[in-house]
Amino acid sequence: MPEPLPTSQAGRTLQRLLRRADARWALLALGLIGALALLGPLLSPWGTETLDWRHLAQPPGLTAAHWLGTDRLGRDLYVRTLSAVRISLLVSLLASALSLVIGVGFGAVAGFVPGRTGVWMMRFVDVLYSLPYLFIVIILTALLPRGSLTVLLLSLGAVGWLTTARIVRGETLALKQRPFIEAARALGVPPARIVVRHVVPNLLGPVLVYATLTIAQMILFESFLSFLGLGVQEPRASLGNLIFLGAQELESATWILLVPAGFLVALLLALNQLADALRDALDPRAA
Amino acid sequence: MLSYALRRLAGLLPTLLVILTLSFAILRSAPGGPFDQEQALSPQVRANLTRAYGLDQPWPRQYLHYLRGLAHGDFGPSLRARDFTVRELIAQGLPVSATLGACAFALALALGLPCGIAAALHAQRGTDRVLAVLSALLLALPSFVIGPLLALLFGIGLGWLPVAGWQPGGGRFLILPALTLGLPVAAYLARLMRASLLETLRAPFVRSAQARGLGPLRVLWRHALPPALLPVVSYLGPTLAFLITGSLVVESVFGLPGTGRYLVQGAIDRDYPLVLGMIVVYATLTLLLNLLVDLAYGWLDPRVRHA
Repeated sequence: MPEPLPTSQAGRTLQRLLRRADARWALLALGLIGALALLGPLLSPWGTETLDWRHLAQPPGLTAAHWLGTDRLGRDLYVRTLSAVRISLLVSLLASALSLVIGVGFGAVAGFVPGRTGVWMMRFVDVLYSLPYLFIVIILTALLPRGSLTVLLLSLGAVGWLTTARIVRGETLALKQRPFIEAARALGVPPARIVVRHVVPNLLGPVLVYATLTIAQMILFESFLSFLGLGVQEPRASLGNLIFLGAQELESATWILLVPAGFLVALLLALNQLADALRDALDPRAA
Repeated sequence: MLSYALRRLAGLLPTLLVILTLSFAILRSAPGGPFDQEQALSPQVRANLTRAYGLDQPWPRQYLHYLRGLAHGDFGPSLRARDFTVRELIAQGLPVSATLGACAFALALALGLPCGIAAALHAQRGTDRVLAVLSALLLALPSFVIGPLLALLFGIGLGWLPVAGWQPGGGRFLILPALTLGLPVAAYLARLMRASLLETLRAPFVRSAQARGLGPLRVLWRHALPPALLPVVSYLGPTLAFLITGSLVVESVFGLPGTGRYLVQGAIDRDYPLVLGMIVVYATLTLLLNLLVDLAYGWLDPRVRHA
């Protein structure tokens, strides 16, 4: 029986995406990690901050009391890593959403308004661009009170939007020349409505690809900051501070590093792969 | 060309000023002050310190004072490391960071470009597949994961190299950090090089060069490679600046006395002149390197050569 052809643009893209083996693997891995992060801790009798004095720095084992071992304080690594993945995903998804909203809004407006305003808006982005995100994020998180997830979220979101804004502005400038925008303008549709109804929906493709990359980048930034002691604070677990602890115990207990590092690498690998596949699926000529 | 370069150089100053003003405003509006964390500081001593460093003055005056010093090459005193000026601190750390960055950069170029070219020439075949998997893996490995892993393998497992630490003139201490810093950049460069070379290899001017009977090496070297290098070059400028000053995590993983720690510790301690000094150095480097990239563009691509 022939597959019914999806009529929508999104349906066709999804079909092309799922035809690729690497995209299926990436989606499967992301789904698994997500499900584990949500439900996994329920399967274990241990809590994230329970200290098990009889099992300090215990190596992993399926029959052991702690499946993925424990750290120097006897805290269960399985539960801690999964709760760290949960926090990382939460922070990075929200920060990505925030930076996307700012980036799309800023870029679309800068591309659409006539005259020099748009140029000046982008000049502002260029200036911020000459400092890398991490510099700004580090300064912001070091200055603001530490340990608050809201602060972390806001600092990440506040700097992640620059590239999105650039991409969106470029696309908007191209879209502006298209007949249907001109038609809308000729019909007297107000500019704000043109941006919301006609420009933004047409930007979704490139934005979607970049969003996947943004999520990976945010996960990376969050763990980077937590590794430096600027992000999520102990006793709360984050992939960054777990890896930091693991790096201290390198010589005696390698699993304390390898367990959270494995999850982080798997997450980043899957997201990068998905973004690659998505880019090809959206642009069939490039594949 | 020279007048263009000079004009661009002059254009950097306003940008630098905007960055500085923004950073100054952000730093100063943050709660807390440089003398907060010290124990039992009597109000009198505290007031004296504040006055001695001019922190009791209104902000605009402090800012102008800082700018005036900066114009004379004076970065001001460090508010925490009291016996040092910011200039001395940066002069201590920068050589280490710069050496590390330069090594990582050389490694990334030496590894990334040939791999990218090889992958493009053997597209969709064995070499290409292996390199694609390798680069995807390296790009998903953050420096704070690769660093400890390399230390585990070469430092603890094989015992070839020191796990961490630093001795002046100790090249052995730089190998693992340079690998940590350079490998992901190499992976990214290889990808960029591959994609860009694949595109130029399909271009009509390359086909016409082949049709004229030129050897494959000559076609690659003289015709396909220069335009294919453009996107690579534009990525190199910011990367080099990042490698030289931004090796923050690598320095902390391997315990190297570079400039990375100044930024984090300086911001935590509210050591305003230290953080501002780092920003000045970093921003100047980035802007200069971006300018160099723009000039290199003209050299590689005659179409954008500046009159």
